Amino acid sequence: MTLRRKWEETFFRVLSAAVALIVVLVLAHIIYTIISKGFSALSWEILSQEPKGGFYMGGGGGILNAIAGSFYLAIGASLLAFVVSLPVALFINIYLIRYSRLLIGIRFFLDVLWGIPSIVYGAFAFTIMIYFGLRNSLGAGIVTVGALIAPIMIRAMDEVLKTIPIGLQEASYALGSTKTETAYKIFFKRALPGFATAVLLAFGRGIGDAASVLFTAGYTDHVPRNLSDPTATLPLSIYFQLGSPIEAVQQRAYAAAIILTIIVLVISITARVLNKGKNKKKFKTFIASKRKKAKA
Amino acid sequence: MSNIITSTDINAALGNNAGNEVPIVNIRNLNVRSKSAHILKDINLIIPKNKITVLLGPSGCGKTTLLKCMNRLTDLYSELKLDGSIEIDGEDILSGKYDITQIRQKMGLVMQRPFPLPMSIYDNIAYGLKLKGVTNKAIIKEKVEKHLKEVALWDEVKDRLKTSAQRLSIGQQQRLCLARGLAVEPEIILADEPTSALDPISSRVIEEEFSNLKDDYTIILVTHILRQAKRLADFVVFMYYGEIVEYGPANEIFENPKTDILKEYLQVGH
Repeated sequence: MTLRRKWEETFFRVLSAAVALIVVLVLAHIIYTIISKGFSALSWEILSQEPKGGFYMGGGGGILNAIAGSFYLAIGASLLAFVVSLPVALFINIYLIRYSRLLIGIRFFLDVLWGIPSIVYGAFAFTIMIYFGLRNSLGAGIVTVGALIAPIMIRAMDEVLKTIPIGLQEASYALGSTKTETAYKIFFKRALPGFATAVLLAFGRGIGDAASVLFTAGYTDHVPRNLSDPTATLPLSIYFQLGSPIEAVQQRAYAAAIILTIIVLVISITARVLNKGKNKKKFKTFIASKRKKAKA
Repeated sequence: MSNIITSTDINAALGNNAGNEVPIVNIRNLNVRSKSAHILKDINLIIPKNKITVLLGPSGCGKTTLLKCMNRLTDLYSELKLDGSIEIDGEDILSGKYDITQIRQKMGLVMQRPFPLPMSIYDNIAYGLKLKGVTNKAIIKEKVEKHLKEVALWDEVKDRLKTSAQRLSIGQQQRLCLARGLAVEPEIILADEPTSALDPISSRVIEEEFSNLKDDYTIILVTHILRQAKRLADFVVFMYYGEIVEYGPANEIFENPKTDILKEYLQVGH
């Protein structure tokens, strides 16, 4: 190797390592900040109670309204998005597989939808709500977040379906399957672990989004009882509490951030584990072999 | 070079058995074009019933495309344009009048690589039966056993029928795919280089299955392997650049090739 090539190699290796380090440090710093500022406010009370009176002034109670609201909203939106995404993802991969140009166009538009800022979804849904005379509610929030995460879910499912070899599709047709049977009996089964990942990915995006629910879901001190109730959410609870001049309230905002981060982290890890379904089997056999050794 | 072959030619070629051969596939003036290429040129071919017909020729000569035309898997590829006619049992499958799923169930397909369905070994066989409307569980069970025995896989898998088919070895998967194809009780087996991904022993097992099956099925086999063709073929179709160059009974083709290109191919292949 010439000296120049050696330098080149060293330079790029150091550069890559440095960039990776920066990313990790930034993440660590974010986690450190929310933990150091919010940990003192974290308690069983904050997890399990609705806010008591004088909430914005640092009164007692917790943020159960936001935790429960966020889960209701994200679960509802994920279900709604799944019902839309599954047929779309299967349709474009089974029926439109012959029309490659149309397929490129559809994928492009889904990617554009993915990239649209969530505040635009919120504003769009808000104008529709005004037109129909609807108020802020859990239902409106679910529809808005559902629309926000559907393109993510569709594209994630699409990427899973794209990896299925054409040979499997041919095998299915050769046995006399119709396209619908191929889609729901063969492709669905084959892609199921990947689909679970897609749903969780979209769920994680939905639960953490503030802008889309700002106009649509509203905010309230209570856990919503039905779809027409307004609902609090964790991102908005962070947003509103952080705007308070009172330090105790700000601490609660950081506590809410810790809770939200933990939820998103757990979801991401679950999604990764599911995505490596095959490795999971390896892991199980690995554990089993360890146990056998331990017994022996 | 496009020579039209009629059933009289087959009978003539067969000599003694003249008159006994029943054509099952009758291809007339088949042309397949993509945007940039003329993949199959004026194919005229009759395939006799309950014989093994081998499609022979170098890579890229259109053997696989011809095979895929017969169960219209070409539908999956928008760039392919077909014209002409392919009659199977007297029905022109290219005319669009017939239910393609039923036509496909007349044929079992074995591909270069096995693609087991993402389900258990048992369900891989049961799947096609259920599509055919068989609901009686006892019948399904009986047929699963019958067809797994037919491909000599039963003894290897009878204790783990409910486990995923993906865990079988590739040779076992290929036999499973053959059994799966047989379970829909086809008349024709389309095999596209079925042993190309297999080790020699698994290849031999598949080959033996084919010779056993030809009493009940018409087999159309695509292969590069000359020895395999010699072992199995009753009839040979030699293709080159999308055309049928020679066609006839196996012994005649192998012992007395007429064209230079086939002579060369047979020589290089030895």
